[in-house]
Amino acid sequence: MSVIGHATEAAVASAAAGALCGAALPGRPRVVASGVCTAATGAAGLAAGTAALRGARWSAFLPGVLPPTGVHLAVDALSGLFMAVAGGVILPVAVYGIGYAAGHTGHGAASRTAQAVLPLFALTLLLVPAAASVCSFLLLWELMALTSLLLVLAGHRSGPPAARAAVRAAGLWYGVMTQLGFLLLLAGTALFAARAGGETFTALRDGAHHLPSAVRGTVFVLTAAAFAAKAGAVPLHPWLPRAHPEAPSHVSALMSTAMVNLGIYGLVRTGFDLLDGGPRWWWLGVLATGALSAAYGILQAAMASDLKRLLAYSTSENLGLALIGVGAAGLFADAGGGAPAALALAAALLHLVNHAAFKSLLFCAAGSVLRATGLRDLDRMGGLRSRMPVTAGFFALAALGAAALPPGNGFLGEWLLLQSLIHGLAVPGLVTALVLPPAVAVIALSAGLAAAVFVKALGVAFFARPRGRRAAEARESPPAVLAGMGLLAALCAALALVPGVLGDGLSAAVAATGLADGPPLTGGPLGVRLDRLATTLSPLWAACALTACLITAAALARLLARRRRRGNARLWDCGGGAPTARMAYTATSFAEPLQRVFDRVLAPEQDVRVTAAPESAYLVERVRFRRRVPDRFEHRLYRPLLEAVTALGHASRRLATGSVHLYLGYGFCGLVALLLVLAARP
Amino acid sequence: MTGHTTAGAAAMCAQVVAVVAGAPLLTGLMRQVRARMEGRAGAGVRQPWRDLRKLLRKEPITPTGTGPAFRVAPALLVATTAVVAALMPLASTATPATGRSDLILVVALLALGTVALALAGLDTGTAFGGMGASREMTVAALVEPTILLAVFALSLPAGSTDLAAIVSAGLRDADRLASPSGLLATAALALAVLAETGRLPVDNPTTHLELTMVHEAMVLEYAGPDLALVELGAQMRLAVLLGLLATLAAPWGIATTAAPLAVALAIALLAVKVAVLGAALAAAEVCWAKLRLFRVPELLAGSLLLALLAVTSSYFLTGA
Repeated sequence: MSVIGHATEAAVASAAAGALCGAALPGRPRVVASGVCTAATGAAGLAAGTAALRGARWSAFLPGVLPPTGVHLAVDALSGLFMAVAGGVILPVAVYGIGYAAGHTGHGAASRTAQAVLPLFALTLLLVPAAASVCSFLLLWELMALTSLLLVLAGHRSGPPAARAAVRAAGLWYGVMTQLGFLLLLAGTALFAARAGGETFTALRDGAHHLPSAVRGTVFVLTAAAFAAKAGAVPLHPWLPRAHPEAPSHVSALMSTAMVNLGIYGLVRTGFDLLDGGPRWWWLGVLATGALSAAYGILQAAMASDLKRLLAYSTSENLGLALIGVGAAGLFADAGGGAPAALALAAALLHLVNHAAFKSLLFCAAGSVLRATGLRDLDRMGGLRSRMPVTAGFFALAALGAAALPPGNGFLGEWLLLQSLIHGLAVPGLVTALVLPPAVAVIALSAGLAAAVFVKALGVAFFARPRGRRAAEARESPPAVLAGMGLLAALCAALALVPGVLGDGLSAAVAATGLADGPPLTGGPLGVRLDRLATTLSPLWAACALTACLITAAALARLLARRRRRGNARLWDCGGGAPTARMAYTATSFAEPLQRVFDRVLAPEQDVRVTAAPESAYLVERVRFRRRVPDRFEHRLYRPLLEAVTALGHASRRLATGSVHLYLGYGFCGLVALLLVLAARP
Repeated sequence: MTGHTTAGAAAMCAQVVAVVAGAPLLTGLMRQVRARMEGRAGAGVRQPWRDLRKLLRKEPITPTGTGPAFRVAPALLVATTAVVAALMPLASTATPATGRSDLILVVALLALGTVALALAGLDTGTAFGGMGASREMTVAALVEPTILLAVFALSLPAGSTDLAAIVSAGLRDADRLASPSGLLATAALALAVLAETGRLPVDNPTTHLELTMVHEAMVLEYAGPDLALVELGAQMRLAVLLGLLATLAAPWGIATTAAPLAVALAIALLAVKVAVLGAALAAAEVCWAKLRLFRVPELLAGSLLLALLAVTSSYFLTGA
């Protein structure tokens, strides 16, 4: 048995042990034992994934687990990449979770259910990419959905009533949307398996070529919709900005990285590997969905003043960028451009890896703030830099990555994505020439807005002065929380400075999809090199140059200065007295210009109420100002849909009056209709 | 080989030194042109250098309640611009940066400088700082698509986003520069440069009126040596971006070797090109009024359209 097999066994064993400990042990030992077991699960997954990226293969058939089909597992480089990412995130997040849940009574993160389910959720994240048959994939997918739903609901019995209601609403949205997605997936894969003549992935691969194009198209649309919903792509996203903020922060970190990644994994697996590519319209659809998610997600993030909601919308944006890469890859492959297709897919995968690193750190840092202050509202934070210096430093590092600026780790993925699109113009076809320039513009806009979003998040939450008592009384988090974040920060830094170590693994993962006719990029010790384009990016080189220039500039300014000692001074107050913390810009005011620029898209709701003094209508006593930026898709698409369903439900009550005769009549009509249908079939 | 590399490194250093030394002079020249056109005598071309010297002599000041972000931002602004100056083939395409001078990296480094200043503005915790940061980031976010699309269009003839490759391609085939695609991309980039450097009609560099300030509001709390760095950084940014425009639109004279004489000649030519561009900009600014902040997106949408046209026209006209 190979390394992967042993590591997978270890992951299953430690997750089972963790679940038992979580269910059986009391209080603090429960949190520690479950956390340690989850971390071990993550480490085993990381080992398995790394081995697969280095070329190891593994497959297993367990006939006794899920009779009558049994469970098929197989790990190739593509599965390995997603297992490695999931494992790499689970390990530090589990360490963080020990500290987070231990002293945290605000959320029910330390409860028996939450602690027993967490290791199982981690295990499903690792095993979904290893599934190699429809039944095992669907089983693991559904287990993942159920365990994550239980974790989202962890806080439904603690906290103030408003918070509990929010948790329940989030759980309802998430539960319903994820189950509807499962239905689509079930329909799509069942159709695929029935027509291809087998339910293992090998059988699907062999059978896919003989299917009529209408069936292939139906399978792709059904499964792609389900996977896009899991990835939080607009317009199937409303569960994401609800569920991710309400879940305990370490769970949000896992959901927003390892779990949403699996949506892209599913799409790549079915689209490229099982169906072996498809016509242009599939990929144009994927690309358009990605562009919509990227632009709309980051715009909503710019408007959000709830820190975790902001991060959740940013997840939508980043997964949208990955979808753009996947769509472009399919488009290029269909037009006969193998090399640009492989590059675009590699860019999408690289972006997912980087996103997993910085987003899990951001959610953990947000959780650290939430733990210390009980606040998620940016407008009431401020000044946390001096009260929680370590958390602030980690948040800044991750924000640099999320803003896609060098030397952060998010820059490289977006750079590669832009390169692949720019060089994709060489692929023949009018469609690429029409689609690529707007796609580049969307990526650029989302990068620009992401910079604004994370300047807002970092600047408003951590800089300036506290805007309230709770922010002023914040204390730094305990060592386990900081250790977990430290591991993630090290991961971000490594990905930012020496991304070359990933180069070969990414090439192997792309090759596993059957796209590449040669490695799209090679890794060196210092940077990533695009062999076919003779382009190199050496982030370490750039970071060194930047540091050298920074030190030189600071040193020269200090050397040339006459007086070296720094003096203190009051802030400029226009002569009106010292400015108070209430005068500082809040997240809402920071986003106001952007909101006005994108007024038509966002359609904010504004309400100004002026109460006049009783003496005169011209004397104003008080002004009430309220503004909400609702999610437009929720308002325009989901509300009417929900209302229609409710109305239908009310209307259908009239069908059931309580008369037995009527019910017998229904049964008879149903039987006749069924017989007619059967008789009409050839 | 080593001699070659040393000469290349020397050329790169010469570029950085030229930008650092020349940037205040460029600003001085532009102010002088403006003053003469408005019928004033002007303070002379060397006035910005005298201002910097004066500021360096003053006491460094830390306003109450500010932190590391506020302290580091000025040096980071200068550093990002210096790295950009080193990366770009302003004087020679045979520097050690060749092959690493990616145009997307250049754009991202400049954005890093903007972000550093915006964070410093928020760090002060005053309404001015926050207002400037918010406006600056709004404009920066909206400029980004134009810049990257212009990069897209400019990279097409060379088949690479590497600046040295683009400039070499321009030197080999001058017709491509005057093609519709090249002209449209340069025009779009020029508008983006106005927004990035905070010039009229997007931002008024001389204003101190709170309703109209963008850049100045952000850096209001700086004094002494820190302010000197901020001013130098802003001046260098203008010089580098005008240099980029000159390099892309008129690459003639840029050395393809690292021979000292050729590099010196190239730097002299660069100074002339940038001075002409700067003088033209200053002359235009006398006639322009500042746009309302919420009209700026319309201007940027126009430049985005130009950039889009540049990419598509290059596809349809050359079939590339």
